[in-house]
Amino acid sequence: MAIRVNLITGRTIQQGVAMEAGEEKPAYTTACGIIELDPADFKELGAFRNTNVRVTSNHGSVVVKAVEATQGPHPGVAYIPMGPWANMVVNPNTYSTGMPTFKGTSVQVEVAKSEPVLGSLELVRKGCRGELS
Amino acid sequence: MTRTVTDVICPFCGTLCDDLEVVVSDDGKDLLEVYNACAIGAEKFLHSQAKDRITRPRMRQEDGSWKEISYDEAVNYTARMLADAKKPLMYGWSSTNCEAQSVGAEIGEAVGAVMDNTATVCHGTSLIAVQDIGIPSCTLGEVKNRADRVLFWGCNPAHAHPRHMSRYSIFPRGFFTGKGHTGRKVIVVDPRPTDTASLADIHLQVEQGHDYELLDALRVAFRGEKLPDFVGGIPKAKIYEVAETLKSGRFAIIFFGMGVTQSIGKNHNIDIAIAVTRDLNEYTKAAIMPMRGHYNVTGSGQVWGWQFGFPFAVDLSRGFARYNPGETTSNDLLRRDEVDAVFVLGSDPGAHFPFSSVKKIYDLPSVVIDPHETPTSEVCKVHVPVAFVGVEIGGCAYRMDNVPIETRKVVDAPEGMMTDEEFLTRVLARVKELKGV
Repeated sequence: MAIRVNLITGRTIQQGVAMEAGEEKPAYTTACGIIELDPADFKELGAFRNTNVRVTSNHGSVVVKAVEATQGPHPGVAYIPMGPWANMVVNPNTYSTGMPTFKGTSVQVEVAKSEPVLGSLELVRKGCRGELS
Repeated sequence: MTRTVTDVICPFCGTLCDDLEVVVSDDGKDLLEVYNACAIGAEKFLHSQAKDRITRPRMRQEDGSWKEISYDEAVNYTARMLADAKKPLMYGWSSTNCEAQSVGAEIGEAVGAVMDNTATVCHGTSLIAVQDIGIPSCTLGEVKNRADRVLFWGCNPAHAHPRHMSRYSIFPRGFFTGKGHTGRKVIVVDPRPTDTASLADIHLQVEQGHDYELLDALRVAFRGEKLPDFVGGIPKAKIYEVAETLKSGRFAIIFFGMGVTQSIGKNHNIDIAIAVTRDLNEYTKAAIMPMRGHYNVTGSGQVWGWQFGFPFAVDLSRGFARYNPGETTSNDLLRRDEVDAVFVLGSDPGAHFPFSSVKKIYDLPSVVIDPHETPTSEVCKVHVPVAFVGVEIGGCAYRMDNVPIETRKVVDAPEGMMTDEEFLTRVLARVKELKGV
């Protein structure tokens, strides 16, 4: 089962704290390697909270943990805190402004229980070496 | 014995809080406690004390492992990379002081670099809009002392600028705002009911990406003209209510953030937000301010503004300053393979650029200057750790309202570590040698 949602990114205070505490640490993955979904979207997806999911857009794909929206409800809108996980799937097109389109990327979310959420350094390293599935 | 350093400036976000208290050991080497800071600011100070901190430059080996090198070798490698490149990108410049930014600009001129700062993925589109139609703005002091209508559009200070609301925008009692938050009407426009929205009198849950329409609808509503039943998912009665609320105030301030600068429409969203502010001045006093992210991204724009005439995306490769967002901006240059080396200081594009751009950095000769180990250091060939500005070295920084504030040193950096400015000064000298100038 897969659902399609509109993805936005941005800062959360947990993201800020974990970033300053060290982006190589597991706390950064806990803070940013997530996708916040609305309860209605969870229902449609047919997944439990805290399940790993694969998020795919026209620009890339990444595995993150699906958690319930902390600042909701916002059905149809999903949120990945700013960071390397979100940046795997956001629309990089700047439309001649210099600014990638970080907010408003159409993504597909599907359950991926057996796939791990990678740490930030590993994610970027493997991505650069072409080792990501 | 310990001693307490007062009036410390927080080097995290553009709010640049200036009331922190930091407890340090008597010898000034250890930072023990931080008071008054938000969770993120406190973490920044405390992380400087991490036992696993990297204190010497490192170079990537062929097998992917790191090898420790001396600062001299790092200076030489960086200078050579920049001097040999036809068109290097020198990116970042936001988590450092103005003194380092100025030396960096001199290097950029010497090697014909493209200089870009984090505004390129933050408020770059706001700067384009300001150049297009100007900006009626004010200082945060005026907000604290005068504003009784506060509108947060596409920004979430509860998470991104945690003390902004208590120091300036919602809660403080000022000269003409003696009732504090009870005397202020707060409006939040955001596609999510954010934690900031929970503090608001009115929350407009706009459909994501429809900010331009809603801002335009406000201009219509100010004039009392007819609106369609819904604009951007908001019923017209609500839009008229917000328009009346804003017009009835003595001083309205609009803060805006990434919700408008990064959504589709980009600089045009800001154009219309500034036009809303201009219209509002027909009825009352109104001002608008971008919620700048890094503590000194504003300073970077200021320094380059007076050195080159442009606040970001400055292309010096032809020997004079050119500026053309969409062409001379980092992500466009990287994606189009138009630069042949990357130098990063005071920023983390590895984590905060779209991955297609990160991959390009990985493929190029690259150096990162950063106290932290980050996804950027993971993709760069040389990583040079430096002292934390605002913690281990002072220097000038500009708050989001363009007020310069001198940051303070509170502890010593680990022995033998260089500062951004020292490292850049050495690189500049070496570049001049290599170029024979």
